[in-house]
Amino acid sequence: MGFIWFWLVAVMIVGYVVLDGFDLGVGVLHLFLARDEAERRATLRSIGPVWDGNEVWLLAGGGTLYFAFPLLYASAFSGFYLPLMIVLWLLIVRGVSLELRNHLDMGVWQTLLDRLFGIASALLAVFFGAALANVIRGVPLKADGYFFLPLWTNWKPGAMPGILDWYTVIGGVLALVALTLHGALWLTIKVSGELEERARRVVRPLWMGLCELTLVSLAATIAVRPQTLDNYYRYPFTFVVPAAVLASLAGIWIWNAKGQALKAFLSSCVFLFFMLAGACWGLYPTLLPASTNSGLDITMDRALSGPHTLRVGLAWWVFGMALAIGYVVFVYSRFRGKADVNGH
Amino acid sequence: MTAELIHRLHFAFTVTFHYLFPQLTMGLGLLIVVLKTVALRNGSPMWDRAAQFWGRIFGINFVFGVVTGIPMEFEFGTNWAQFSRVSGGVIGQPLAMEGVFSFFLESAFLGLFLYGGSRLSKKMHWFSAVMVWLGSWISGFFIIVTDAWMQHPVAYNFVNGHYEVASFWKLLLNPWGLLQYVHNMTGATVTGCFVMSAVGAFYLLEGRNPDFGRIFLKVGVVTGLIASIVIIFPTGDLHGRYVAKHQPAAMAGMEGLYHTEKGAAIVLIGQPNPETGQIDNPIRIGNVLSFLIYGTTTAEVTGLDQIPRDQWPTTLPLLYYAYHIMAGLGTWFVLLMVVCAFLLWRGKLYGARWALWALLLSFPLPYIANTAGWMTAEIGRQPWLIYGLMRTSEGYSSMVSAGNGLFTLIGFMGLYALLGLLFTVLIYREISHGLDAVKSEPVHTAGM
Repeated sequence: MGFIWFWLVAVMIVGYVVLDGFDLGVGVLHLFLARDEAERRATLRSIGPVWDGNEVWLLAGGGTLYFAFPLLYASAFSGFYLPLMIVLWLLIVRGVSLELRNHLDMGVWQTLLDRLFGIASALLAVFFGAALANVIRGVPLKADGYFFLPLWTNWKPGAMPGILDWYTVIGGVLALVALTLHGALWLTIKVSGELEERARRVVRPLWMGLCELTLVSLAATIAVRPQTLDNYYRYPFTFVVPAAVLASLAGIWIWNAKGQALKAFLSSCVFLFFMLAGACWGLYPTLLPASTNSGLDITMDRALSGPHTLRVGLAWWVFGMALAIGYVVFVYSRFRGKADVNGH
Repeated sequence: MTAELIHRLHFAFTVTFHYLFPQLTMGLGLLIVVLKTVALRNGSPMWDRAAQFWGRIFGINFVFGVVTGIPMEFEFGTNWAQFSRVSGGVIGQPLAMEGVFSFFLESAFLGLFLYGGSRLSKKMHWFSAVMVWLGSWISGFFIIVTDAWMQHPVAYNFVNGHYEVASFWKLLLNPWGLLQYVHNMTGATVTGCFVMSAVGAFYLLEGRNPDFGRIFLKVGVVTGLIASIVIIFPTGDLHGRYVAKHQPAAMAGMEGLYHTEKGAAIVLIGQPNPETGQIDNPIRIGNVLSFLIYGTTTAEVTGLDQIPRDQWPTTLPLLYYAYHIMAGLGTWFVLLMVVCAFLLWRGKLYGARWALWALLLSFPLPYIANTAGWMTAEIGRQPWLIYGLMRTSEGYSSMVSAGNGLFTLIGFMGLYALLGLLFTVLIYREISHGLDAVKSEPVHTAGM
């Protein structure tokens, strides 16, 4: 049961990153790619009908984590109190600035709202990357299963780290670049003309940056938490995960160069999937490692809900998510094709 | 200020602000379905434009509801960690179900409803409206199930220091939850009806868009009459009796009943005085409280004197006022809607400027009544976090200091003050210009 729920929660997180990831990326990119109001509208139109549906994955994932692993939910959410609150504020600013700019035509305010939307999108990407890096690095858990992290201490990932240190900053930058690239690839599918061309061109430098950051983060992860490799050595066939990461990177480059936008975007989805799955597999069966003493780790068995809760949960979860995926597929198919620069 | 108080205020403030939006979402969701159904049946482009106009307002309101709603789920973990750890196996379940069963449905079909007009058939567009409405009401259901378990815990086992679900169906069909659900959804409908009637009245008073004003008034007043009655009888009545039975301390606090009485009177107006244990300047009607709760004028009603002091609801006067404000406004809703419905039936409402003014000025009142109703429920539950099982003082995140809690509370207050201002501007603009933006055929309406 624990194994199943670990991966179900992981799937929800991956779903969130893959889907909300591209609209975060588009949020960052619209500041740089769109040259005039019509292009900006086309850019934002490409995410208009789907962005809040994408955010639902965060809520549904959070809820699933809540009842499947209450201890982890309680410990991580209160321990990461400050960064989570900042994430909430950013989500509010982002959602409202997008909504406002769609309803108001007021010159100078438009520019302000666009900037806010772009900056909030970028910071969210950074925070999500840093959050994942925090989980991999570990936190100073106490015997009661709780901890509290300040935003930063000495910027080193030691026994008493802060939210931000050099390792988690790498994670944040990696996420920013990966999601911006993801957004650029989405745009190559959804917009046309010069805008599409510009999106395709920006893929190249982002891709090179992403390759370097992927390798740097891999090395940094092994340096910060060498146990990450244990599962891989125990089950060597799982080295297919890093191989898939590299293959999907190659896929992005090749298909983007050939102008096959959909395939390039899907490669990016695969890349995000295997990066996250690889990180989860490196942790399994630990959910939140302790930076002080690995005996205090929050493990799957320690955090898992009771058997009846989980059995019941599995029944409705499978049914509900099957429905949900149905809606998602339906909506995306309805909005298939290019978003027109000239309004409708 | 203690950390416990800060965490309570944190949740209370953010949830109170949040619920200003979903109550309109749920109320309007239903009314938009009414408009779309009429439009589909008589093929009237007027009714379709009316539906689109409200769709735009719904869309803005929905986004504010979403962005203020995400913090609510997070705060269970961030500010109430010990509570989440102990009870997550139970209440995490309905909260996750809300995301899986409601939010996916709601967001998917809202995208179709707002953006997909020209890509959908008329029937499909109507169907999207129905799905959005259903999504919002399913969402309300799971939140009420969560709250109902805290108010009246059922179907649980306590194993190794954790609450676990013993029966899934009994958790979902908690009688407290079902009563609270119908009462609450009727309350949301009242908000939707008053807002729609107020905009209709505003248009007629200004002599602008009179055709639309009449549609809004017709739908708002007829639905509003039904909802205003149902919220008192039977839903409020049944819910009140259930509270009296299972939370006598809450009922005594709501009524300001310090002393146990046979043939207890109901206090219409008066100020509870915690020092003397009396109501100052009371206006009472004898025997009515006993009758309302037990159906006989002589029944004994438990007062606070029979309840141990450490189980009295904290902030007792606030509980009393919240309840009296809700009940008083509820009475006003019935009076106003009965009069307006009568005028509508006689064909005189559209010209009765005094009635239109009364409708226009009454639009904030259901917001106050819904808020006061929730305050009654949640303050009445105190000092318990899970009634009878876990005290509020045992549930907050003790590792998050009062200083950090206050920092984020102030942050939310500032941000929400700004949001409130922006929302008002946006809605005012929609009411002023929204009808010009919607054409007779559905097009992309969100302005992109």
